[in-house]
Amino acid sequence: MREGAPSPLDLGSLGFDQGAHILVERALAACAELVVVSSRPEFTVQASAWCRVRGHGAESLGNGSMRIRARALTQRAERAGSVRRPEAHAPSRWGLAARGALVEETGVGFRFAIEDRDAVWTDDAARLYAQAAAAQWDPETAIPWNAPMSHPDQVEDAVVQVMTYLIENEIAALYVPTRFLPEIHPHFREVVQVLAIQAADEARHIEVFTRRASLRRGELGLSTRGGQMSLKTLFEEPDFALSAFLLSTLGEGSFLHLLRFLEANAPDPVTAAVCRLAAVDEARHVAFGLSHLRAQAERDPGLRPRMAAAVHRRFDALRETAGLNELVFDALVLLAAGSFEPEAIARGWQRVADLQVEMDDGRRHRLVRLGFEPAEAVELAGLHTRNFM
Amino acid sequence: MTIVLGAVAYDAKVVPIWEGFGRAFERAGIAFDTVWFSNYERQVDALLSGAVNVAWHSPLAWVQTRRLAESRGRRARAIAMRDTDRDLRTAILVRSDSPIMNLEDLRDRRIAVGAVDSPQATLIPLLDLAERGLEPGRDSRVRTFDVLVGKHGDHIGGERDAARALMAGEVDVACVLDSNQLLFSREGTLPAGSTRMLHAVGPYDHCNFTVVDEGLGNVERVFVETLLAMDIADPEVGPLMEMEGLRRWLPARTSGYALIERAVDRFGSRWAP
Repeated sequence: MREGAPSPLDLGSLGFDQGAHILVERALAACAELVVVSSRPEFTVQASAWCRVRGHGAESLGNGSMRIRARALTQRAERAGSVRRPEAHAPSRWGLAARGALVEETGVGFRFAIEDRDAVWTDDAARLYAQAAAAQWDPETAIPWNAPMSHPDQVEDAVVQVMTYLIENEIAALYVPTRFLPEIHPHFREVVQVLAIQAADEARHIEVFTRRASLRRGELGLSTRGGQMSLKTLFEEPDFALSAFLLSTLGEGSFLHLLRFLEANAPDPVTAAVCRLAAVDEARHVAFGLSHLRAQAERDPGLRPRMAAAVHRRFDALRETAGLNELVFDALVLLAAGSFEPEAIARGWQRVADLQVEMDDGRRHRLVRLGFEPAEAVELAGLHTRNFM
Repeated sequence: MTIVLGAVAYDAKVVPIWEGFGRAFERAGIAFDTVWFSNYERQVDALLSGAVNVAWHSPLAWVQTRRLAESRGRRARAIAMRDTDRDLRTAILVRSDSPIMNLEDLRDRRIAVGAVDSPQATLIPLLDLAERGLEPGRDSRVRTFDVLVGKHGDHIGGERDAARALMAGEVDVACVLDSNQLLFSREGTLPAGSTRMLHAVGPYDHCNFTVVDEGLGNVERVFVETLLAMDIADPEVGPLMEMEGLRRWLPARTSGYALIERAVDRFGSRWAP
């Protein structure tokens, strides 16, 4: 053996069909050439085959020993940013690699529509994801499904109609952001995780509202053309930021008020529980939307005019539609009234009117937080769809 | 002159591989097209008739082309090969607990081989045993595992079936390519420690690009230089090289075909009892 060369690597009786290559690769990482010895009769054949496939040089020295030369390291690779914080731009060539991984130049050819941090990022994403992960609840145990119910049949009909309406809105809230998921470069991992767990939240809402609606009824209520037209305009918004603005800031923000209203006026503990739990989740969705849109609006002065234009566009598209399903409106009045007494109905009517004022105030407040002037916020809040979402 | 390459489509992956290499030749200024064959015999005929002017040949197809060409006063040449085509061996495996301790113990045993026309898993190991005095079929029972005949054992399914038959106790011995033994142990077909290598046959060489007579004429040099310059780190061709199982192209040598030549002398192009 040459002077200064490392001492031979003794594999003992470990074969290349048992993982011997792990020891050889480890040794080759430290020196370009080494002598390997083994007591296995098939050592030379196995080692030669392994070296041929791996591109290492191999020379038999007889007596169960072999000289192995590491192949030249030619693979071009680059670091996909840092695991801790995303880069301003994530190139497509990083593909699905974990942020911070060493990525071989592959030419595999992934394409993501959103590769710039500014288009999606908020520093709150990691915190909001962690919060959401910690706040997941089990529909089976979180809701008192067997709680007694004594309200009249017509009140149950009202609950079923409201649940029918909630379900189709939750389906929109599941589909709309999820469509953008594969368009976001996975480098912005925390944002992708927030959207993914948001989808899980909506899936759970769809489940519990459906279960509540069918507790005492075999059929669900009415889904109207006006309601679906309103949701379709959300589906058709191709821009991630504008879609998040319409859905989270305006739509889900309004829904927060609705769910709290339903919790307060629920005729039974199950309805109260499903609305309370859904509202907690929706509050997070609104917080994420507000957070990344605020960050983006600060960097991009053109975003606010685009958001305003999106509200106008949607208003124009829905101008000829009926707005909120009348049956849903009446059901809300009846739930708030609690009975068919004329005074109670008048009280319920007033509560629903108050709810709409609260929703409008909430939208205005959130628009101001996004940097809109108060007067413009009043105008835009008033143009929001009468279908709430 | 357009290069018209003949290649046997033993697996669906072969099509994107050669279409990808074709684009690399086009970038080097060489007009390139591929003709797909379902078997090597048809590809040998096409090379000799001029329907294709270069063929990606198995070692057996190389021998067939060389012999047919010479019988007609023509000349076949190998012009390039993969780094992984050199110095292959065939492992003759028995189960670890087998009473078979040496080649003499193989007498009257059941030997699993690959496809009837597989150089590495059938023709070469059976030649080796015959040359050591164990005439296959007479002194032992040979069981072939023909997954795709005509493809000269390129599809490793036959070897895998032979390995499975060994583990199931249906045969006493199995012949597999050295690197396939490692592959089969990694994928679990041959669990670690379950087999013992009784004997290794080789080394011998595998595939090459074959031409006849004047070959590719004035573009042959550019064709070979383009191949030899391909870099596994190049994002365009690197993934194709990985799929085709090489790290770099080398000039061809024909010194590694002595075993397959003798096997064809002894058995012809297909093993038949």
